Amino acid sequence: MLEIQNLHTKIGDKEILKGLNLSIKAGEVHAIMGPNGSGKSTLANVLAGRDGYEVTQGSVEYEGKDLLELAPEERAWAGIFLAFQYPVEIPGVNNVYLLKAAVNAIRKNRGEQELDAVEFLALIKDKMKLVKMKDDLLSRSVNEDFSGGEKKRNEIFQMAVLEPKLAILDETDSGLDIDALKIVSEGVNSLRNEERSIILVTHYQRLLDYIKPDYVHVLSGGKIIKSGGPELALELEEKGYDWIVKDDKGENEAA
Amino acid sequence: MSTNSENMEDLVNKDYEHGFVTDIESDTVAPGLNEDTIAFISKKKDEPEWLLEWRLKAYRQWLKMEDPTWAHLDIEHIDYQAISYYSAPKSKDDGPKSLDEVDPKLLETYEKLGIPLQEQKFLAGVAVDAVFDSVSVATTFKGKLADAGVIFCSFSEAVKEYPELVKKYLGSVVPAADNFFSALNSAVFTDGSFVYIPKGVRCPMELSTYFRINASNTGQFERTLIIADEDSHVSYLEGCTAPMRDENQLHAAVVELIVLKDAEIKYSTVQNWYPGDENGVGGIYNFVTKRADCRGDNSKVSWTQVETGSAITWKYPSCILKGDNSVGEFYSVAVTNNYQQADTGTKMIHIGKNTRSTIISKGISARHAQQTYRGLVKISKSADNARNYTQCDSLLMGDQCGAHTFPYIEAKNSTATVEHEATTSKIGEDQLFYCKQRGIKEEDAVNMIVNGFCKEVFKELPMEFAVEAQKLLGITLEGAVG
Ligand SMILES: Nc1ncnc2c1ncn2[C@@H]1O[C@H](COP(=O)(O)OP(=O)(O)OP(=O)(O)O)[C@@H](O)[C@H]1O
Ligand SMILES: [Mg+2]
Repeated sequence: MLEIQNLHTKIGDKEILKGLNLSIKAGEVHAIMGPNGSGKSTLANVLAGRDGYEVTQGSVEYEGKDLLELAPEERAWAGIFLAFQYPVEIPGVNNVYLLKAAVNAIRKNRGEQELDAVEFLALIKDKMKLVKMKDDLLSRSVNEDFSGGEKKRNEIFQMAVLEPKLAILDETDSGLDIDALKIVSEGVNSLRNEERSIILVTHYQRLLDYIKPDYVHVLSGGKIIKSGGPELALELEEKGYDWIVKDDKGENEAA
Repeated sequence: MSTNSENMEDLVNKDYEHGFVTDIESDTVAPGLNEDTIAFISKKKDEPEWLLEWRLKAYRQWLKMEDPTWAHLDIEHIDYQAISYYSAPKSKDDGPKSLDEVDPKLLETYEKLGIPLQEQKFLAGVAVDAVFDSVSVATTFKGKLADAGVIFCSFSEAVKEYPELVKKYLGSVVPAADNFFSALNSAVFTDGSFVYIPKGVRCPMELSTYFRINASNTGQFERTLIIADEDSHVSYLEGCTAPMRDENQLHAAVVELIVLKDAEIKYSTVQNWYPGDENGVGGIYNFVTKRADCRGDNSKVSWTQVETGSAITWKYPSCILKGDNSVGEFYSVAVTNNYQQADTGTKMIHIGKNTRSTIISKGISARHAQQTYRGLVKISKSADNARNYTQCDSLLMGDQCGAHTFPYIEAKNSTATVEHEATTSKIGEDQLFYCKQRGIKEEDAVNMIVNGFCKEVFKELPMEFAVEAQKLLGITLEGAVG
């Protein structure tokens, strides 16, 4: 469902992604790990269509279409969801109101009937239970004065409501306390199915104990330099990144 | 992404929606201002001698006054001799007696603006006194109002039909010599609205006036006088849009509100005059003096305004709280985009005991626009236990615009409480991206963020006005973040 080939991306004059390849099939969960500043969030942002990220080479195909052609909102309509590493505060805009606007914008653009207030409330009630979302967070302004963990939980709550086909979770685990991590992970797990693919960006094995990935990739220097199964994450936990990064330099020279 | 920036460009370049000029032959006086011009206007309007004298007195005072200067407004010199001070749409006889007699071109204009008079008559139950250029050409719903004893007519008509009321109250809140523009207005005003709500009457409908500026190069000098007699209540709506044009047009209105014992006036404005193009060319100069006098005990006045138009806005709707326990409120949203400038705010003058005032001001600036909030809260010696709460919030879109806040407080009574809060925030690219990532289009996202910011003010507007105001804000700010 997602096919990234030789992706090169610049921010300003700085090249961040330098020939990234990644292929994801429907229903798969891919974990992406890698050192700080290696380009994980950049990849997430490029996939979501953020301004300021210039794709200089390569292609991204999503469900057989050229993803890079689409505006950010069109990608959302097509089922792409990004849980932000740093969720944004929007003062004065009610959290539920934003979510309803999102749900209906997506439905409208898919040619589906928009939900009225009653239908919408019924929809979110279930999803609130799923991630044990507190009532008062719903009626407050989007992310304003939310704690770090509340913001992350809110992202997953939105994901649950929007039911994306491809969810990109950028360090959703950081900032969550142990209980919250468990709840949020269970929420994500319950959203796993044959159609829904998930990209999990994380630094910690801990998350992968809860959400078992099909593949683990190491992103470093703007490329995926190693891929493997869940056992790769365990190895990284133990040995850090140095050994692969060094390894990769050798390979690079050879290639 | 390149596709995005193209969309953005389209949005930014979207023309002023209400930009069109109706071609109605004007009966316009040659440009220039002297005592003869004033005599001409007064004669043209068949005014009594006392009013001509009143005008001339104002004119002589104006001659002695200086063009004001402002710290935060950049205004080209206005040549007052280049302005034509009178223009009336030509109509067959004295004026239309019903809608059928109204110039069809004018009705067409209203259609384009989305203000079909007929529809309003039936659907909204709102009486419309439409000021087109300087003469009122359509007034509806008179009958129903007359039954309640409410007088709602053009100012000219009031001068003829209710001279005693006009004479008693005209200039009693805003004296002619109050400021440069009020003096000018007093000398040359052409028309406006007059409202009188008798004792104990609750006006059965919202009164609404739609203003348009039309004939080229004609200064507009409206005069509005609203009197709420004891224990009466009225809600008055003022709304306007204007046609596209190049030359700067001066608009200097005076609005006087008189609120007697236990009475209440709610005055709401949506102002959408042509702001000039994206390079700052053209646009209306809007220099307005609006003031309410809470003369009686327990009287209340509430100003709510949504200002999106004009090249330059200079406006401070004020409340003089004379009566004990009287209440003054000011809720304002001012939007400036491109090269628009606005210097607005309010004055709350507390004189009576236990007087209360609330000021909620929301300023939004985009692109190169500059905006200033200037407010005065004055607590007189006599104003025991007076209370004021002021909240001024500014929202910036982009980094070339500016917001300035000048809250002046003069408190001469130690039992008074004055509170002030101010914030400045920015619509960020990150907020917009967040919304877009959730599937919400940029213009809807901007709308949502801006309306969130203005929530406290919009809730004060009458329902249908609030909807209009929200739309207007969206149109005004389309593509302003990028
Ligand atoms: N707007 C920007 N301007 C310049 N450089 C940027 C910008 N955004 C990101 N970068 C740089 O791009 C590189 C990759 O950043 P990115 O946020 O993708 O890293 P990451 O892998 O997500 O790191 P972390 O694990 O710390 O979240 C970093 O060196 C960062 O400084
Ligand atoms: Mg990151």
